[in-house]
Amino acid sequence: MASTQVSFTGRFIHLTLTSSMQKIRLLTDKVISKLMLLFTVASVSLLLIIGIGLYYKSIPILNKLSWGQLLTSSVWKPFKGLFGFYPFIMGTLWVTGIAIIIALPLCILTSLYIIEYAPSRLRRFLIPFVNLLSGIPPVIFGVWGVLFIIPLIQNYIAPHFAEYSTGYSVLAGGIVLAVMIFPLIVSIVNEVLRTMPQELKDASLALGATKWETIKKVILRKALPGIIAATVLAVSRAFGETIAVLMVCGNNAVSPHSVFDPGYPLPALIANNYGDMMSIPLYDSALMFAALLLFIIILLFNIISRVILASLERRMAG
Amino acid sequence: MIRRKLEEKFFKILMVLATIIVSCSFFLIVGTIFYKGVPFMNLDMITKTPGGGFYIGKEGGVLNAIVGSMYIAGGATILGLIISIPVAIFINMYIDGKKFLSNTLRMAFDVLFGIPSIVYGAFGFLLMIYFGVRASLLGGIIAVTLLVIPILVRTLDEVIRTVPGELRDAALSLGSTRWETAKVVLRAIKPGIYTAVLLSFGRAIGDVASVLFTAGFSDNIPSSLHEPAATLPLAIFFQLGSPVAEVQGRGYASALILTIVVLIITVLSELLLKRFYKNKI
Amino acid sequence: MTTEKPHISVQGLNVQIGNHHILKDINIDIPNKKVTSIIGPSGCGKTTLLKTFNRLLDNTSDVKVTGKVLVDGEDIYDPNIEITHIRKKMGLLSQRPYPLPMSIYDNIAYGPRIHGSPKKKDLDILVEEQLKNVGLWDEVKDRLNAPATRLSIGQQQRLCLARGLAVGPEMILGDESTSALDPLSTHIIEDLFMKLKEKYSIVLVTHILRQAARVSDYIIFVYMGRIIEYGPAEEVLKNPKEQLTKEYVKGYIT
Repeated sequence: MASTQVSFTGRFIHLTLTSSMQKIRLLTDKVISKLMLLFTVASVSLLLIIGIGLYYKSIPILNKLSWGQLLTSSVWKPFKGLFGFYPFIMGTLWVTGIAIIIALPLCILTSLYIIEYAPSRLRRFLIPFVNLLSGIPPVIFGVWGVLFIIPLIQNYIAPHFAEYSTGYSVLAGGIVLAVMIFPLIVSIVNEVLRTMPQELKDASLALGATKWETIKKVILRKALPGIIAATVLAVSRAFGETIAVLMVCGNNAVSPHSVFDPGYPLPALIANNYGDMMSIPLYDSALMFAALLLFIIILLFNIISRVILASLERRMAG
Repeated sequence: MIRRKLEEKFFKILMVLATIIVSCSFFLIVGTIFYKGVPFMNLDMITKTPGGGFYIGKEGGVLNAIVGSMYIAGGATILGLIISIPVAIFINMYIDGKKFLSNTLRMAFDVLFGIPSIVYGAFGFLLMIYFGVRASLLGGIIAVTLLVIPILVRTLDEVIRTVPGELRDAALSLGSTRWETAKVVLRAIKPGIYTAVLLSFGRAIGDVASVLFTAGFSDNIPSSLHEPAATLPLAIFFQLGSPVAEVQGRGYASALILTIVVLIITVLSELLLKRFYKNKI
Repeated sequence: MTTEKPHISVQGLNVQIGNHHILKDINIDIPNKKVTSIIGPSGCGKTTLLKTFNRLLDNTSDVKVTGKVLVDGEDIYDPNIEITHIRKKMGLLSQRPYPLPMSIYDNIAYGPRIHGSPKKKDLDILVEEQLKNVGLWDEVKDRLNAPATRLSIGQQQRLCLARGLAVGPEMILGDESTSALDPLSTHIIEDLFMKLKEKYSIVLVTHILRQAARVSDYIIFVYMGRIIEYGPAEEVLKNPKEQLTKEYVKGYIT
């Protein structure tokens, strides 16, 4: 009898201790999860807040000039209150376009070589090596652009096309940007290619196809969604790159008509003129509007590409 | 048949050429910086702040910028970690089952990741005006933190996802709360956290657009959060813009310093990442 | 053994992958227009043996092959040989179906398009003929342009078979080709094999003894990289000569 009583009491005390410890544990968990929720909501709403903030600051200039005027006019005379963003939008498009045209084929070919053809020792070296490029800060790319690319264009490339160019051009911006996005595209396409099932390649080879035919007709098809994803990321990055492009683009507020013309992409506009921002009326609102434009373009780009990707994947996977 | 073989040979040559171009661009860039920067490199550069007339050729170094960059990158990374770790855990572990929600959140952070640093800089500037903060160390830290949060969340998210569900299940089935399980998961991915830290630190230290409006510039090392702070990228930029050849040369040397710092960080993070994934198997 | 010339003749084949000696001194003949099954416990090398027949083994890293594999008298491991020509002779059916990322029509047309420039009319006829051969025509004739991945697994495997037949092979190699399928699809494919042996030589790797019993004319028993026994299916399964074979067939070794 005694032993039962003792054991009963023992168990009872044991339960009480655990009960209060238990409460603390559960309370901690609840508090922390609420905190996490708060942080998460705050971070995500950053997206909204940035958009709203920029829009709010753009209102003064939107009151003066309509969206249509702002986007299509080429007249940029801040002192007279004339703000036409067309040249800058064009500058951004030219530079980004050139960068993608250069980088995409080069990177897909490189990635194919690394994953499909390179001997494994070379592969293990190449992959981290290309990644080293991604660590280099943009300003260094800009310095390199000024030292190397500008003279290259001025002295060796432009003369062939019978145009005089100072070298400061959208071509320079495009080349520098292209090199900046090499590691981005290569690393993503590498991942995509690496996860191709060997059996799928075997299926094509078993039918008598050569390795290259398998790559061309089967692998690249299957990798298409991934390649598009890489392109979108690369374009986003190129769109917003500020300092490297600023240093080599010429910063001339005129729409470029050839690759050798200078350009003035939106980010460079904002960066260059922020000093004058406060002294000229409406200038700060104009620059905030430029930032808003960038924000909207990138947002739209992201959303559209996701939609395309989702529909591609649905079509391929059935 | 011959056509097929020729086509394969042709493209194989193209592929090798492309690989050479892409991989050599690294050497080209780093090589140019070394070539131009080494002649102007001396101990003064990293130990002294600019003396009077530094920008027209007189004495000094870029210690102000080195320290300023370290402060900003360090402060932003720490703040960023404090916010990002809970967020990454939340997305992975606290949203039970509702895949739609976690996918939407991930997408939101992917978009944030893609926003250019100049937008963060402009927005940071807006915040500073709104709260009455001047261009200072604090301003710079705030703007760079905003920039760094999506990077950290994304990297941490990927790393947490590599933790096998069985580990979490094991912890939960022993009766742990979600937070206790989270602590277990965090310990499991420690090297991954270091990698994320290094990645964001590297990004923070080299970025110009976010600090352009928000950190100001100064020839002195900031002693309080409210003083303006110099940053390496800006210092490079200003020195290069000088007409004096001596100052330009120092700009290259500063670029060399920045490059070396970032290279060390990148190599470290690569090594860590390799070790992390090796132990995973 | 038949008195006909064998379709494949393996002589002194040794395969090493890394440090592992996977296949040891294989000497075997695969008879013409019959179904031969290769059986054996997991890891004994039967898939490796199959993959030497169409040299898909080349894609594995660190592989060393010595010996001869004669297909129709040609040694396919001769360094001067044209691989794609050899592979065209062999249709492969893998464990899980791997439809190419394209439409049903394009899957079947893939092989012919690679090896020549067939006209659309001829392709149409070919596609219909092969789909009818595997019994898929009625099920898919209205959606030939739909992505092949929309088919059920059993249909996909039949599609892969049709795809392989479209290049006009002489042989069909099956690597546990029904293990991912439900019983009905398995039955359909097994029936197909028995029908196809009128035109093609068929080599199947399987770990399902009952399947081997159902479809095979000949059986090869492989254990630890060596051929232990070979002969007509009935004999090997009911009256095995070797002790190891006896034990495997009774289910004692897995």
